[in-house]
Amino acid sequence: MDSTLMEDLYYCMLLGRHFEYAAKENYFQGNISGFLHLDIGQEALSVGTMKAFEGDVFTTYREHVMALSRGMSANAVMAELFGKVDGVSKGRGGSMHMFSPQLGFYGGDAIVGGHIPNAVGCAYARKYQDKKTGCLVVFGDGATNCGGFFESINIATSQKLPLVFLCENNKYAIGTKIESVSAFSKQAKKVEAYMPTVEVDGMDVLAVYKAIKEAGEYIKEGKGPIFIEAMTCRFEGHSISDANKYRSSKEMQKCKELDPLIKLKPFLDKVFLEKIEEQVIQEIMQAVNFAKASPEPSLTDLHKYSFTNEGLKHAL
Amino acid sequence: MLYREAINLAMDETMSEDTNIILLGEDIADVGGTFRVTEGLLKKYGKTRVIDTPIAELSIVGNAIGMAIGGLRPVVELMTANFSLLAFDQIVNHMAKLPFMSAGKIRLPLVLRMPQGVSKQLGAQHSENYENMLSSIPGLFVFAVSSPNYAYHALKKAIKMDDPVIFIEHELLYNKKEEIDRSSDLDPFKARIIKEGTDITIISYLKMLDDTASVLEEIEKELNCSCELIDLCSLNPVDFKSLEISIKKTGRLIMIEEGHRMGSYGAQIISWAVEELFYFLDAAPLRLCGENVPIAYNRKLELASIPTPKSIKKDIINWGTNNGL
Ligand SMILES: Cc1ncc(C[n+]2csc(CCOP(=O)(O)OP(=O)(O)O)c2C)c(N)n1
Ligand SMILES: [Mg+2]
Repeated sequence: MDSTLMEDLYYCMLLGRHFEYAAKENYFQGNISGFLHLDIGQEALSVGTMKAFEGDVFTTYREHVMALSRGMSANAVMAELFGKVDGVSKGRGGSMHMFSPQLGFYGGDAIVGGHIPNAVGCAYARKYQDKKTGCLVVFGDGATNCGGFFESINIATSQKLPLVFLCENNKYAIGTKIESVSAFSKQAKKVEAYMPTVEVDGMDVLAVYKAIKEAGEYIKEGKGPIFIEAMTCRFEGHSISDANKYRSSKEMQKCKELDPLIKLKPFLDKVFLEKIEEQVIQEIMQAVNFAKASPEPSLTDLHKYSFTNEGLKHAL
Repeated sequence: MLYREAINLAMDETMSEDTNIILLGEDIADVGGTFRVTEGLLKKYGKTRVIDTPIAELSIVGNAIGMAIGGLRPVVELMTANFSLLAFDQIVNHMAKLPFMSAGKIRLPLVLRMPQGVSKQLGAQHSENYENMLSSIPGLFVFAVSSPNYAYHALKKAIKMDDPVIFIEHELLYNKKEEIDRSSDLDPFKARIIKEGTDITIISYLKMLDDTASVLEEIEKELNCSCELIDLCSLNPVDFKSLEISIKKTGRLIMIEEGHRMGSYGAQIISWAVEELFYFLDAAPLRLCGENVPIAYNRKLELASIPTPKSIKKDIINWGTNNGL
């Protein structure tokens, strides 16, 4: 693979990692509140996918690193976590709700499985508009047990929609082991009758990148959707308030041996590696300062955005 | 005892008496519940009675209804009321209607527990109050659980009842402390007077009840009046008798809730009072509730969207001053 691309993938993963460290630190300092789902450990999946896929993406609440890799600035994402006006969603959304139609990022949904039917609808729109790049929807292993998921694979298949279903199988839905609530430990089994399925090592950014590129090409053929199951592992609790007690230290150690950053390092230039770490640390420090300095939303704007400005005249 | 412990105890005691009682919900077994309400119960009763479900709210409630039809007495935990929306067809078309449509041949001894409300910066999709919708469905009893003692007694009764009950908790009340009186024979359908008074009847429930109580003395001092604070407890049916006695005594009515103003639960209490007690009212009633806007992540916007102790105090004092108090 092209070395500039590999460097970019590494940079995004490192930026994501340090972003999440900073988010965690600022949560404990009281600058960030509410839910905070860290992506530490799963960066290869977030970065590889966002870099490889050309069309529109719909994601879950664990989306900081995806938002960054899609092209949102660390400043704007961090400011959103701080609930400030310069945040991606102007402080209205918070950690779980990043959106950028310009970047084709119809981001963070906090209702598990809730965004999957939305992605199906958007894929229909893209097919209708003859935009071959289609859509991609990311969801967890837990979300494959939702009714809406099964309705979606049926509709996407029967309509031959250009849609990539990407399941991040980290084996847990909060503290519930997938085996205890799912008929299968590999979720692709649920889909095999509908569409082609591919399994990929979600801890290997190059493998993810390649699989998503291929899937992106596949949906362009007009044959319908494709399902990718990426086996992955989160290094932290489900969210910041989850003490992660349901995983043994042995399991955690095995998980951390798969660190996607360490895996990519041997392929990269030493000078680059030294330089990039420093650059990322600076960038994140700047983002935190930016977020701190950004103003709070004004109370007079409380009702803003729920409707268009025209609509607001009627609503208020 | 903490609110969450009281709920746990009510389930524990009833489960030890009746093996037909089973629990189901997301993360309730191994993890012991998102709010730690079911802690310890898996160990005690095993995984055939404390069941971790997939993230499938429609099926969780639908299955519980089927279990009840089949002779069990399920107690469901929905992680939050926000996710009850996925189960609304089961709640409305099945849970609330099967007993009626079957002319009583089917009974549903089923309790649906769910916490709701604005917690702290959980964002628009995790901050809603749905007691207004849930109380508008004929065929369901709806309890709003404001204190550990009520939680303990009301849940035990709800579990033993043969009718379906929605048991609404509030996310910020799980650590609320109160001694529970195990010997009392509390009627879950009766409103509870928190503090007696003669000049204003204030009706509330869940967290707004505590927020109001926290500023009650200051309001009374400022308005030089005495307030009667009532915990409504049962939202459907409503204990209109108790409310009537209070309103006839005070001649003034305030309703306080966290949910949005449009379609708010309290609107119907006010409507009832105006319809039935018009000539006993000395002032137009006051309704304090949330703004008609989704709840923002930002803390200031979030707090500006709902009543707070500060806004409650200010609004009541303004209203009282303008109404001859
Ligand atoms: C409909 C719904 N039910 C429950 C929840 C609470 N919840 C949030 S995340 C989560 C687990 C999701 O697991 P998975 O899909 O595997 O995603 P992961 O975070 O592991 O990537 C649950 C149950 C929710 N947000 N929405
Ligand atoms: Mg998972």
